[in-house]
Amino acid sequence: MRFSWRDTLMSYAFLAPALLLLLAFTFYPLAYGTYLGFTEYTGARFARGLGPQWVGLRNFRTLLADPLFLTSLGNSVKYLLVVPALQLASLAVAVLVSRELPGMAFFRAAYYVPVVTSISLAAVMWEWVYNREGTLNWVLSALHLLPRGEAFGWLNNESTAFLAVMLVTFWRGFGYYMVLYLAGLQNIPAELEEAARLDGATPWQRFWQVTVPLMRPTILLCTLLSTIAALRVLEEVLVLTGGGPLNSTYTSLMYVYSKAFQGFNFDYGLASAAGLVVAVVALGLALVNFRLFGDARGEQS
Amino acid sequence: MSAAATRTHRPAATPRRSPRRLIATGLRYTLLILVLLFAVFPFLWTLAIALTDKTAGTSIYNFPASLFPTRVTLHNFAEVYRTFGLGRYIWNSVAITGMSVVGTLVISALAAYPLARFRFPGRTLIFSVIVLTLVLPTETNFLVNTLTLQKLHLLGTHVGVVLPTVAGAFGIFLMRQAFLAVPAALLEAARLDGASELTILTRIMLPLTRPSLAALGIFTVVTTWNAYFWPMLVLSGAPDRVPLSVAVLKLKGQFNYDPFNIAAGSLIMMLPVLLLFLAAQRLFMRGLDGGVK
Repeated sequence: MRFSWRDTLMSYAFLAPALLLLLAFTFYPLAYGTYLGFTEYTGARFARGLGPQWVGLRNFRTLLADPLFLTSLGNSVKYLLVVPALQLASLAVAVLVSRELPGMAFFRAAYYVPVVTSISLAAVMWEWVYNREGTLNWVLSALHLLPRGEAFGWLNNESTAFLAVMLVTFWRGFGYYMVLYLAGLQNIPAELEEAARLDGATPWQRFWQVTVPLMRPTILLCTLLSTIAALRVLEEVLVLTGGGPLNSTYTSLMYVYSKAFQGFNFDYGLASAAGLVVAVVALGLALVNFRLFGDARGEQS
Repeated sequence: MSAAATRTHRPAATPRRSPRRLIATGLRYTLLILVLLFAVFPFLWTLAIALTDKTAGTSIYNFPASLFPTRVTLHNFAEVYRTFGLGRYIWNSVAITGMSVVGTLVISALAAYPLARFRFPGRTLIFSVIVLTLVLPTETNFLVNTLTLQKLHLLGTHVGVVLPTVAGAFGIFLMRQAFLAVPAALLEAARLDGASELTILTRIMLPLTRPSLAALGIFTVVTTWNAYFWPMLVLSGAPDRVPLSVAVLKLKGQFNYDPFNIAAGSLIMMLPVLLLFLAAQRLFMRGLDGGVK
């Protein structure tokens, strides 16, 4: 294959801004962040104008001995067990809005609004809902699910804060997965549904024996997307609870963030090491995603 | 309609108005409305709070009265705008969002053009590298990027917020797809007329791919306007330059006793995104950013 000089030069000139930015803000931080994970680079060194110093695996040993890091890892695992499971509700919602009945376009659009909502707004609004005197307690006591006088702040309670934060993650995501599932549902041939109907299958049977098996690729895709998203949760925790109460909502990325930027004695080395641990897990999940479900991904687009 | 009557009509393949069908439809709508409440209740309540005349001395937690304000006023909006100097934060959001949109469109279009239209050594490699950014574990990037911005003296500036975000695989892909669809004959004709590549890009490709440019622009507006973590980090030393998304939470810290102002400020922040979403609903609902995020 012969290439023209003119085309080649022009191509690289056009690509230069994008490549430079990707190099500076995506690839360089990846490499330098990895290096920092094996160095000592604390506030003290930084203040004296000293650069990072190689310390081998010391940061990783520190992490394994830090109960807070282990708690944060445990919380992240909890997050990625619960949120992807909650996400399956989006399939049910997609089935609900898939039938072309009056008003369906409205419901679909309304369900998507939380997806385009900023996390800061979500934080403001949900804190009122979760407040001791808030709507959630009011609804629960109106339904007699919560004894009067037992109202509590959902975000201030060690046993409920995590669920409360997860619910906000779910709230912001369910419309997004609903759209992916809707696309999947539209790919199911109508004849199959019709055939099952003529065979006398109940709607329940049709859902479990026709829809779910045919939706398997989409279900797997959404589960993996939400698993990776759950591992990377930071903003919800940051704005809703700051990791509290008693570290019950402290996730892995919260650990990375607070080691690097909170308090007076920041520690870039340790934060980078923690970030590396999370990154390796995330990369593992992404690889599984690509190797096993590359086909499903292709069908979606 | 009685059950017996329906049974006699049973042979019809679609028992259109059978009681069972009616119940099923009713059930479907009941569920839909419950999900709707879950999805939009926080917004409706915020709206109710923002419109409440607080001089009447009502508590926002006085259910269900606080959900249906009787004395409606726009006073809270004016007050939060004035006392909190909201105009400054609105301007910051507009500046950051504007720069991001222009930057993303320019950089994506420039990069996508050769990737779609030319063969040159390294093309496959560059394309794979861009694809790779979609799966890279970027957990610690925010940390190193703040250090980089500090070295460049961009920490605490709007440019610092924007610069690391404008070159993205999503935009490059989207524009590449759009450019691939432009007929080759058009480009050949322009080239025979002696047009330069930049002229072809700006005079032929961009006008023909306006829908894709608009889509990319709208997505960029929504994500940038809503972004919280990154602008918060970059502008943590410059409280006067933070966008609305960050200011709203500061508002909450300062006016904790005044939820009416917080609600009004929040709605001011949400309005542009909501309007954009309503205008471009189809775009969002198509799941265009499907496999990307």
